[in-house]
Amino acid sequence: MTSAAPGFRVVIGLEAHVQLKTRSKMFCACPADYANAEPNTRVCPVCLGMPGVLPVINRRAVDLTILTGLVLDCRIPEHAKFDRKNYAYPDLMKWYQISQYDLPLCVNGHLDVTIDGSADRVRIRRVHLEEDTAKLTHVTASDGAPASLIDVNRSGAPLMEVVTEPDIKTPAQAAAFGEQLRGLLRWIGVSTANMDEGALRIDANVSVWPADHPVGAAKVEIKNMNSFRALSRALAYEIERQTELRRRGGALVQETRGWDEASGTTLVQRTKEEAHDYRYFPEPDLPPLHVTRARVDQLRAQLPRMPDDVAADLTSQGAPSADVAELLHDRALTDYAQAVIQAGADVPAAVTWIVHDLRRVLNARGLAADAIPIPPPELAALLQLRANGSVSSTMAADVLDEMFATGKPAAAIVHARGPQISAADQLLAIARQVIQENPQAVSDYHAGKQRALQYLMGQVMRLTRGKANPGAVSALIEQELGGTG
Amino acid sequence: MSIERQQVDHVAALARLDLTDAERERLRGELGRILEAFQVLDTLDTSGIPPTAQVIPLGNVERGDTVADPLPRGQVLRNAPRVEDGQIRVPPVLDES
Repeated sequence: MTSAAPGFRVVIGLEAHVQLKTRSKMFCACPADYANAEPNTRVCPVCLGMPGVLPVINRRAVDLTILTGLVLDCRIPEHAKFDRKNYAYPDLMKWYQISQYDLPLCVNGHLDVTIDGSADRVRIRRVHLEEDTAKLTHVTASDGAPASLIDVNRSGAPLMEVVTEPDIKTPAQAAAFGEQLRGLLRWIGVSTANMDEGALRIDANVSVWPADHPVGAAKVEIKNMNSFRALSRALAYEIERQTELRRRGGALVQETRGWDEASGTTLVQRTKEEAHDYRYFPEPDLPPLHVTRARVDQLRAQLPRMPDDVAADLTSQGAPSADVAELLHDRALTDYAQAVIQAGADVPAAVTWIVHDLRRVLNARGLAADAIPIPPPELAALLQLRANGSVSSTMAADVLDEMFATGKPAAAIVHARGPQISAADQLLAIARQVIQENPQAVSDYHAGKQRALQYLMGQVMRLTRGKANPGAVSALIEQELGGTG
Repeated sequence: MSIERQQVDHVAALARLDLTDAERERLRGELGRILEAFQVLDTLDTSGIPPTAQVIPLGNVERGDTVADPLPRGQVLRNAPRVEDGQIRVPPVLDES
């Protein structure tokens, strides 16, 4: 089901929890990165919730939250504070979580969610900052008894929460919102936003109402979706379940349900009777924040150009929009491409080449785009050699590989490989051999397929190890085959 | 100010307190008297006073994003009731996270 059944309306709101890219935790100096740490080795008296300790706000975490608020067009109120959210569960050492209740860092923003070219506005209610919880594992312990084990490493890591208004109408729209949010978070560098690592965790509130009935307050919260696909599937399941319930005349029970990937269903975790009464109150250990205009302006000035602007720029200079879209998934690669263009490279050639050839080499070598060892002007130089015909496409790819391996500049590598073959007498024998060996391609060529010419050229390049002059080869083959087929 | 028995039970449940009937009855009275004492505040005119979340005259106490050494794990686990695989072992709890 992708939208509400006839006679019903669907109301969806999302809560996205985002781990921020800080070095240290939210309120203490423990390392925030616990990914490869042994349990309970990133812990100090503050995040262990010992009596008498004093938490202190991580300025960077506040900045990253405000940056997120700015790209979501939020208002950044002048006054913000932290509050204690009280609940008794062993994933909190203190039996309360420091969060923000009525004065969050960012309010009233929006994100325009685009599906198939049409955009729908999803309002953002708030973006606030809190601390992550400890990790619990439920096991059969060494003595055979069931037990829960606590690893406190994650506890106290900065966690930003983005809360939407209930403006979302379909599972597809929810997933698209998530993907766009993830793209923005990565673009401005506030989070890795990797769902499989728990750096982005999205909960959904969903309710189904008869179309002729006002939307009420009851809703079901679903948790435990570890991918956008799971988010979309869980919502589709829940919408169908609630629609069935309504058809039978049943009332919606407010509850929390967990998505179960294996069975493809949601299961009750908690009903309203057990719902939390968090008894929020202002955190006495943390003085309030006065967020000055100067601070907000300074942060705004740090924001990179946003993807839509960069895309418009590159496509207006002739770069294929599919390649541009591909490029913009990776901020570091986009920055690199812009540096290559800055160094004088032709825009469409640079974009296409970086998205395809350069990325192929990066994937083969397991490198991320922020670890490209080639200075941008060197790549621009290679593209220049290719543009003026000094190297063929085949050879350019080879040269790029060697640049990665040796760190030598393109010109030196090309020079060491010996001169390009453009003499017709040297190429003619090879061209004839290729034509002889590829009758199918030849007949395709005569049938008017341009790709056949590309194929035959590629064979010549292979035999000459990329050293043949592409223009000369193409002319020779066409001449041998008696002109355009 | 009179407190219902139900309210005492609710607050006790939230705080995970296991109370005897006698304690519940005693606390019902004590909580009522505490709330009565606070009701004095209702007699004040606070219309000209901005909402106050903090009485300490401080603001913007923030630290730079720098890392310091955590505690050695032996110390972290020293107060744990039971330890298993370097983790704090507690009685099994339902996963609510």
